Amino acid sequence: MSLPHATIAPIRFGYGLAPGRLNPANAGDLFRELTAGAAGDHALGPDLPARIKMLRDAGKAKRANTDPALIDRLNKQNREQILTDIAGHLQRRAFGQGFFERMAAFWGDHFSVTGKSLNRVLFVPVFEAEAIRPHIMGNFADMLVAVSRHPVMLDYLDQRVSIGPNSRAGKRQGKGLNENLAREILELHTMGVGSSYTQTDVRELAELLTGYTYHGESGAFRFVENRAEPGAETVLGQTYGQGQPDPGEAEDALRDIARHPETLRHLARKLAVHFTSDTPDAGLVNHLEAAFREGQGHLPSVYAALLEHPASWESFGQKVKQPIDYLASILRATGWRPDAMAKGPRNQLRYALRIMNQPLWQAPGPDGWPEAGAEWITPQGLAARIEIASKTGQRLARNRDLDPPSFAREVMGDALAPATAFAIGGAEARWEGFALLFASAEFNRR
Amino acid sequence: MTLTRRTLLRASLGTACSVAAHPLANPVVWAATPGENRLVVIVLRGAMDGIGVVQPYGDRTFAQMRPTLASTGEDLADLDGFFGLHRDFHPLLPLWQAGELGFVQAVSTPYRAKRSHFDGQDFLENGGSSPEGTMTRSRDGWLNRALGLIPGATAKTAIAVGREHMILLDGKHKAGAWSPTNQLLLKDDERQLLSMIYAGDPLFAEALASAEGLSTLGPKAARRETSQSMASFAAEVLNGEGRIAAFSLTGWDTHRNQDRVFARIGKELVRAILTLKTDLAANWRHTTVLAVTEFGRTARENGSAGTDHGTGGAMVLAGGAIRGGKVLGRWPGLGEGQLYEDRDLMPTEDLRRYCAWALAGQFGLAGSDIEKTVFPGLEMGADPRILA
Repeated sequence: MSLPHATIAPIRFGYGLAPGRLNPANAGDLFRELTAGAAGDHALGPDLPARIKMLRDAGKAKRANTDPALIDRLNKQNREQILTDIAGHLQRRAFGQGFFERMAAFWGDHFSVTGKSLNRVLFVPVFEAEAIRPHIMGNFADMLVAVSRHPVMLDYLDQRVSIGPNSRAGKRQGKGLNENLAREILELHTMGVGSSYTQTDVRELAELLTGYTYHGESGAFRFVENRAEPGAETVLGQTYGQGQPDPGEAEDALRDIARHPETLRHLARKLAVHFTSDTPDAGLVNHLEAAFREGQGHLPSVYAALLEHPASWESFGQKVKQPIDYLASILRATGWRPDAMAKGPRNQLRYALRIMNQPLWQAPGPDGWPEAGAEWITPQGLAARIEIASKTGQRLARNRDLDPPSFAREVMGDALAPATAFAIGGAEARWEGFALLFASAEFNRR
Repeated sequence: MTLTRRTLLRASLGTACSVAAHPLANPVVWAATPGENRLVVIVLRGAMDGIGVVQPYGDRTFAQMRPTLASTGEDLADLDGFFGLHRDFHPLLPLWQAGELGFVQAVSTPYRAKRSHFDGQDFLENGGSSPEGTMTRSRDGWLNRALGLIPGATAKTAIAVGREHMILLDGKHKAGAWSPTNQLLLKDDERQLLSMIYAGDPLFAEALASAEGLSTLGPKAARRETSQSMASFAAEVLNGEGRIAAFSLTGWDTHRNQDRVFARIGKELVRAILTLKTDLAANWRHTTVLAVTEFGRTARENGSAGTDHGTGGAMVLAGGAIRGGKVLGRWPGLGEGQLYEDRDLMPTEDLRRYCAWALAGQFGLAGSDIEKTVFPGLEMGADPRILA
């Protein structure tokens, strides 16, 4: 079945159709969302030094262990900051420039900096604001460099403890390399697992990256010369750093890796998988790869290539919305604004993400969240969605003016299947009509 | 065909019947199932104080190190003339006497870096060998890797119980996950409508059918994830096609007033084990329960009648399949120079060794496969003979 672009554009490339709001109707509208999103304010709440201080103060109070009221107050303040961050993030996804936010989510996941601890969750919004969002409409190489110098990444992938074994600090302390960041750059961020880099390339890149660290209090990037491994290093056949240690050497290497044909191929495929299908059209992947190559990593050209290729529109429905997107599209459909919510409903948002097994900013590892629909539509994952659909339906039914069948048509447009439309019309209670809509396969797909 | 509510419901009846026949909903044992033996792994999150539960009262320094926490008199049940059991675990004594309960003292994973709960738990479930706690490249769980080696294992052989994600069963071999608190909130006829609208979408249709089957197991409409609701659900799965279940009990981080916290969480562990025994009924004799924790706690109690993060700890063994009534492990002593970094119980053995031997005994896995795939880097050594 072929659907109009006005139905596909907001559902597949954004967070769904919002009744009574302006929705992108075609590729041009989507591209305008990218431009508008890039021009917006990227910060979300307090900056990095402020957040470092929040955690330090809480840690200090805990260690002193003299004022239980102070400990509780500081911990509570940090927990509430996270709730505010989650609400702010969902607000952007549901009501912001949809396609830009989808790209922000894609690149944020590509460069996952997550962890289970409270600390890391507090830092991820800053990482996204500083290293990801400003480069979404720029060049991939600039994003890679920004990410690889960002303190949150340097902490997450252990770069700050990596010391050149022959550097002054290395000799004095008898410490050595930590290859974690170098390995993930090659395996996840650029060329991809199974590509042509070798263990020697990992090690040489790790040596090039030595010296990259950050200032503990401000979080500002710092290059510590006496940790930097002296001498030249060769990565993928290119030799860097003949003279004095210099942070520019690693940057040169990163820019070369960012341009590598296998990197472009890896990124092209990943974008096609994320936006179109777990088994994407080969022509689309080739088309994206060509756009990457011709634009020399200029990302807007690649997004344009994605939007102009017919496979992007013909494979509609093959992707399952990940839980965060599922929740964001419920918020968009209902018009429930997280920024206007009190603490109780905000906690409900967090609960919803938890039971669907996608707590925000807590991906299982540096490889981010799984893509395949089958990873999410498990018995437990679907039960959670049905529970959320039911609770949403119950709350939405309080609005007596809303009629489930016509609401469903507004939210799904032509993508509403006849059987679903009929079931919604046949539900015994209004809340169940809404619940069937949000639980339906087509609302969960894009 | 014109769609009416009646035809829709009739069409969905087929689905409803197949739901009732869903294998997980019925204790149908297929020919391909991996035998009768069962394994339950309980992750005790927060770091259980091993020497607080199984107290080395025979070690002279213990009472000095634990002025308020060392149990005395009736609060301590003697186990073997050296170790005694803390009062909150006394309801398990009949199992001890029946040889269905045992402990291993002074064990830990290889993790030594930072005594971090997060790293320690991830690593405990991942089963890797790095002292820094770096997970294996696969970042999956050891129980999932073991699942891949069990002959005849299917997607229904293993299940993680609870809403909290468990790395333990994460990985490339398909395993179930369900919480007894999951609710399919729609009324019956609406559920049938949902099955009907999923009919053209196998991914959703199959997930719903399995969810329907799973939701019939265990306690009905459990409001909270308690040790009882999770154990009871696990038992029902294991009485059917399931052979492996895993769940977590949280709250073991006893920095303050440890005895007061034990009164609460000790009961949870006790209830989990007793519920498994009761609900597994005749299958209890084929069952091994392993309760493991990320690390132990400081040998000395702290200033707030609690203990801080440590290293060597204890694991709990239970079940009709084990050779209980023993405290296993090599006791390192608590005296001068015997502690790890002068503060923690010294781990004398790798916790994974006992998990490895339990897998070998329960499912017939070859030691070489376990050392290569399940716990890479582990040397299983001599059989500690934990199974009967």
